[in-house]
Amino acid sequence: MRKLALSDEILLSVEKPARYIGGEVNMRVKDPKNVDIRFCMCFPDIYEIGMSHLGIQILYDILNRREDTYCERVYSPWVDLDKLMREKKIPLFALESQDPIKNFDFLGITLQYEMCYTNILQVLELSHIPIYAKDRGENDPIVIGGGPCSYNPEPIADFFDFFYIGEGETAYNELLDIYKACKNAGKSRREYLERVAQMEGMYVPAFYDVDYNEDGTVKGFDKNYDGAPDRVMKQVEMNLSEAYYPTKPLVPFIKATQDRVVLEIQRGCIRGCRFCQAGMIYRPTRERDPEYLKKCAYEMLKSTGHEEISLSSLSSSDYSQLQELVYFLIDEFGSKGVNISLPSLRIDAFSLDVMGKVQDIRKSSLTFAPEAGSQRLRDVINKGLTEEAILSGAAQAFESGWNRVKLYFMMGLPTETEEDIEGIAILSDKIAREYYEIPKDQRQGKVSIVSSTSFFVPKPFTPFQWSRMDTPEEYLDKQRYLRSKINEQLNKKSIKFNWHEAELSELEGVLARGDRRLSKVIYDAYMAGCLYDSWSEHFDYDKWLKAFEENGISIAFYNSRERSEDEVFPWDIIDAGVSKSFLLREYRRAKNATETPNCRELCVGCGAKKFAGGVCFEDKNLLAKASGELKGQEVSYEG
Amino acid sequence: MKVRLKFQKYGAMKFIGHLDVMRYFQKAFRRAGYDSEYTKGFNPHQIMSFAAPLGVGLTSDAEYVDIGLISCEEPEIMIRKINEVMTEGFYVTGFHILSEPAENEKKITAMSLVSSADYLVSLKDGYLLDNLSDGMEPLDDGYPSGSESDGMTSIEKFREAFRSFYAKNDITILKRTKKSEMSVNIKPMITLVSFDEIEYKENLRDGVLYLSKPVDGSYNLETESKADVYENAIKVYMRLDTGSAANLKPELVMEAFCNEMSIPYNPYAWQVHRLEIYTRDETSGNLISLDRLER
Repeated sequence: MRKLALSDEILLSVEKPARYIGGEVNMRVKDPKNVDIRFCMCFPDIYEIGMSHLGIQILYDILNRREDTYCERVYSPWVDLDKLMREKKIPLFALESQDPIKNFDFLGITLQYEMCYTNILQVLELSHIPIYAKDRGENDPIVIGGGPCSYNPEPIADFFDFFYIGEGETAYNELLDIYKACKNAGKSRREYLERVAQMEGMYVPAFYDVDYNEDGTVKGFDKNYDGAPDRVMKQVEMNLSEAYYPTKPLVPFIKATQDRVVLEIQRGCIRGCRFCQAGMIYRPTRERDPEYLKKCAYEMLKSTGHEEISLSSLSSSDYSQLQELVYFLIDEFGSKGVNISLPSLRIDAFSLDVMGKVQDIRKSSLTFAPEAGSQRLRDVINKGLTEEAILSGAAQAFESGWNRVKLYFMMGLPTETEEDIEGIAILSDKIAREYYEIPKDQRQGKVSIVSSTSFFVPKPFTPFQWSRMDTPEEYLDKQRYLRSKINEQLNKKSIKFNWHEAELSELEGVLARGDRRLSKVIYDAYMAGCLYDSWSEHFDYDKWLKAFEENGISIAFYNSRERSEDEVFPWDIIDAGVSKSFLLREYRRAKNATETPNCRELCVGCGAKKFAGGVCFEDKNLLAKASGELKGQEVSYEG
Repeated sequence: MKVRLKFQKYGAMKFIGHLDVMRYFQKAFRRAGYDSEYTKGFNPHQIMSFAAPLGVGLTSDAEYVDIGLISCEEPEIMIRKINEVMTEGFYVTGFHILSEPAENEKKITAMSLVSSADYLVSLKDGYLLDNLSDGMEPLDDGYPSGSESDGMTSIEKFREAFRSFYAKNDITILKRTKKSEMSVNIKPMITLVSFDEIEYKENLRDGVLYLSKPVDGSYNLETESKADVYENAIKVYMRLDTGSAANLKPELVMEAFCNEMSIPYNPYAWQVHRLEIYTRDETSGNLISLDRLER
């Protein structure tokens, strides 16, 4: 029988002990004595969130296919267990073997959002691994970072031995082969990292020194090891239809955020919204073969017993085989009680038909993400969604029986004016009015509109990476202004208004576009007790402010400054495929509220073509078909 | 058709709460390839009912779940296929098809039938019970020594103390509910006490097992008990009233025992393991374990 790392007494005194016992359905069981490499994969947040992440399931599967490797998992202990582990000096352990992580060869940490940075330090400290990479010895695990935040790894560079930039499918096997060879040859940690640095996609921060200008901006990166590359090229898996896909994903005992089969239908997005980092760093858009996906769906439902399947992608409507795939899933599994969920779907006749078939209309709500309240501002961000499309989509949905609509907006977008903010209130009201166009006897009660606003955070590798970000005070003024405008609307009682916390967004902004000097601030904030910052009940703004102050680091320098066009960014060391000149072109077009066609309409030379595949090389017939849908609109692009 | 499954829950799975066990079995049936009956309506869910939800931290040799299936196979094959998709800590040991209620008969759930259950309560290693009046505090490491003071081992002392506790006519405790507190005499709700496995099993053989017979077409795997065994060997078998009419938790008995002995009650010190669940036959008044009950 499996031994547990924690005693009954501890497990019975913490919330949800199932977070810490492992043993889930489809957990891989290996004898650690029979493997050469022990790898621990970490999602630095609570179990229920981490277990819902597809990327870890993919890597878990890839690494465990190797007979010489045992890949296990760890998540952040919740604050109750955190306290007990410190008191009793219990080292953090992996769920599978329940062995201490400090004895592993690798600790791989996925970086999905900036607000998890203090949780990374928690995992390291509770594991009894030195927090700073420079303090680690030959027997400490090699700490790897990966995921979207590794595209600007600088704020956390001091805590990692190296970062894997890009998609995990391509290079993990080579990383482990080299490790094994180094280990067998008795090579040192340093020698292994030198070999790693020479692989494409690997960034070893210790091999670079950063110079700063007098004004505090980055002057440049100086290599202190000649074998390290000048720039690190992101890794892209170009063959998604034969790529690994975890057909036996783990099924947690407790309800995770994603309690369903997740089918990734494509990677990347053709749209090019200018605020969206995912839309830029996952270029080029690559589709998976629908036949492959059907096979995966069947196997995954069988191996998990899940009652729901969800299609995952940044913009499902752009998947060229969507109708075929969705109708297949409904026909094949609908009768067996399997629910099908389709996030990120454009509202049109097809999606309403599908949703009518798979969901209870009375309970579900429709979601639109106009992101901005006015057409002008939607053009600035290149959202490509018109008011007519939103209103006609809503009208169709109302006629089909829906009466609840969720709207997502951002405030603080570049060039935003009071008119744009008022536009959020007006658009919400117009949608409500659309509902009352339906004859009274055909309505399903009252309409409910929920308008949520988040504060715009400029991200690296987006056209808005040069932008100034609003301060919390400016945000709050805007939020109050919008509140007052919503109250002026005819249907104000049908409109519910939600907003995000401004301080959290401010910190996210600093960490997103920060540099190496922030490592100390993060360290100090963590030492002062900051943890689970993305959980509003745990976020302690004052402690963060104090950490910035004590280190003489100004938040305004990172957030409240329009960056000059020729500024060197901390993340310039990374080559994400999209070129800086393309992003700058896009930024200029944004300021002129000029839209840019999507990848299927016209290639605008973003730089991702060098990966030699995906949408950049799609069948020209498809391209013609796509542009045919534009109904004679002229597609042009001038840089 | 409705079927009843008997299963063991042990090891790390004792930390999985009842609602999660339900979700687990829903998914397990789908993995095993058995189509279950669904409730009608827009939010269909499987027709499934558990006899007596087990608390977090408890293990069991006899959990029962009734489920509606569209079709099924031979009991032996069903058990094998379901066990193939189980994780360590869940093990199906019994299966039978339930008799359909007659037309004018009310549908009954397993839960409404439960009247008694057998438990084994063991002192976990690492908790001291050497000198009863000294209390029971966790040891830093190691086990309580079997040292003999007053010429008695700790096992003997425990048995003697528990016997004298059980010999009382009135064991009154304060039962706390969300709304109120009331004093209850739990003595009549304890119907069997034994300290020895052989004695307990003989009692079963000559008692409830003798008075009932297996259901036709049912299948039961011969399995070892999954109760954790502790070196200190301090343990007690008990039969307690369980169910909607009268319900006594073994934890409450141990708390009452500790209070009686003036020992601070430490809920973590005791491992509770369920051995069997019974219903009382309306006509004969005999106890019948749920795997021997046709409906």
